[in-house]
Amino acid sequence: MTNLLEIRDLHKRYGTVEVLKGVDCSMRQGEVISIIGSSGSGKTTMLRCINMLEEFQGGTIAIDGQEIGYETAGGARRRKPEREIARQRALTGMAFQQFNLFPHMTAAANVMLGLVKVKKMSRDEAMVLAEKWLDRVGLLSRKDHYPGQLSGGQQQRVAIARAIAMNPKLMLFDEVTSALDPELVNEVLQVIKGLAEDGMSMLIVTHEMRFAYEVSSRVIFMNQGRIGEEGDPREMFLKPKTERLAEFLKTSTFN
Amino acid sequence: MFHETAASMTYSLNFAAVWRSFDLLLEGLALSLGLAFVAILIGCVIGLVTAFGLVSGRALLRKPAGLYVTVIRNTPILVLVLFSYFALPELGVRLGKIESFVATLAIYSGAYLAEVFRGGLIAIPPGQREAGLAIGLTEMQIRTSIIIPLMLRSVLPSLGSTMISLFKDTSLAAAIAVPELTFEARKINVETFRVIETWIVASCLYVATCSLLAALMRAAERRLAVPR
Repeated sequence: MTNLLEIRDLHKRYGTVEVLKGVDCSMRQGEVISIIGSSGSGKTTMLRCINMLEEFQGGTIAIDGQEIGYETAGGARRRKPEREIARQRALTGMAFQQFNLFPHMTAAANVMLGLVKVKKMSRDEAMVLAEKWLDRVGLLSRKDHYPGQLSGGQQQRVAIARAIAMNPKLMLFDEVTSALDPELVNEVLQVIKGLAEDGMSMLIVTHEMRFAYEVSSRVIFMNQGRIGEEGDPREMFLKPKTERLAEFLKTSTFN
Repeated sequence: MFHETAASMTYSLNFAAVWRSFDLLLEGLALSLGLAFVAILIGCVIGLVTAFGLVSGRALLRKPAGLYVTVIRNTPILVLVLFSYFALPELGVRLGKIESFVATLAIYSGAYLAEVFRGGLIAIPPGQREAGLAIGLTEMQIRTSIIIPLMLRSVLPSLGSTMISLFKDTSLAAAIAVPELTFEARKINVETFRVIETWIVASCLYVATCSLLAALMRAAERRLAVPR
């Protein structure tokens, strides 16, 4: 059986600065992987390569066996046509640090947009799904509210509903609680935990160590553009094998 | 010298002659509005396309857009109007007065509106586009569903004043004898010798129309405002 996600020798440069220096990672259906590491280690960049928000210069990323973003023909590597890339992006869903809800649309309209425009559903079908997922994140009663009328935590839950409603094979979470006031963090983490329990495959870039410890089936520690260490969360957090991870864990808050 | 001053001081206002020709002024005003409406409509399309060119990462789009804006915005509109009407025919482009003026004002307003729209585009956080990409929208769908609606909301105040400015620029069509409001006023002035009255009434018509436009734009702002 092919892996859900297969990253091979991923290289990414910004100009002359190499931020990913050869990352390999494979992930099975239903896995929940947390990616930890200090800022600048490349964890967010890696996530953004998976849905082509970032271009990458070397290596391959495949979801369910299909290569993302680039094709190689006759030895030449080419970016796929934009339409194809747009279709591939819908294989994954993403939640962002800054939520990025569309401010001129209600919560329901935010969730419906992709369903109508990308999945070509009728507005009625889309509304049924939007209500289902807003209910799931506990915000059905806020479906007609605009993002500006919601708290940060509520906005992030709507953003997660918007991504999940598209029925992605893999969810990407990019530091989704980093912009939230501390008292709003938990409601968002609970939603993600619920999705994990449902068997959703997820890659979670996070600074919440306690959460990574509790929710992950595997943890990846990124260090200077490479995977520094990876494994079972209990072993990683309690018995780090590398000096770098031990040091990183010492400086992070574990609460 | 003394005599002239005395004459102007004995000028007594008499609007009757102007009122008799008031329907001509209204016809002129209607034409002014028509010229502005068509020109600004075309200008909005030109401006939108140009604005996306101005913010494009591709030099092939950005450079020509920039050149267009620079050339047009740095040429007085009267010069453009005279150029299109008198010089273009020499180059084989022969347009009627009205068509020539509408085309000129459209191209002129396109350059101004492009700058207005560009201001709105660069104010949109990049995360909006990324969120659209992440759910699988194409760049064009992102533009129509997210970028343009957000941009229009943020530029409405400056869009309003630009539109009022452009409406007033229709008065320059008088220079090529298009019978809009200013042209009609000048004609009435010449025929009736009621200089002050004619220009007072014409000015009032401009002020009233512009105030109405401003009120409409404010209503649009209120209607499109995002609740928060």
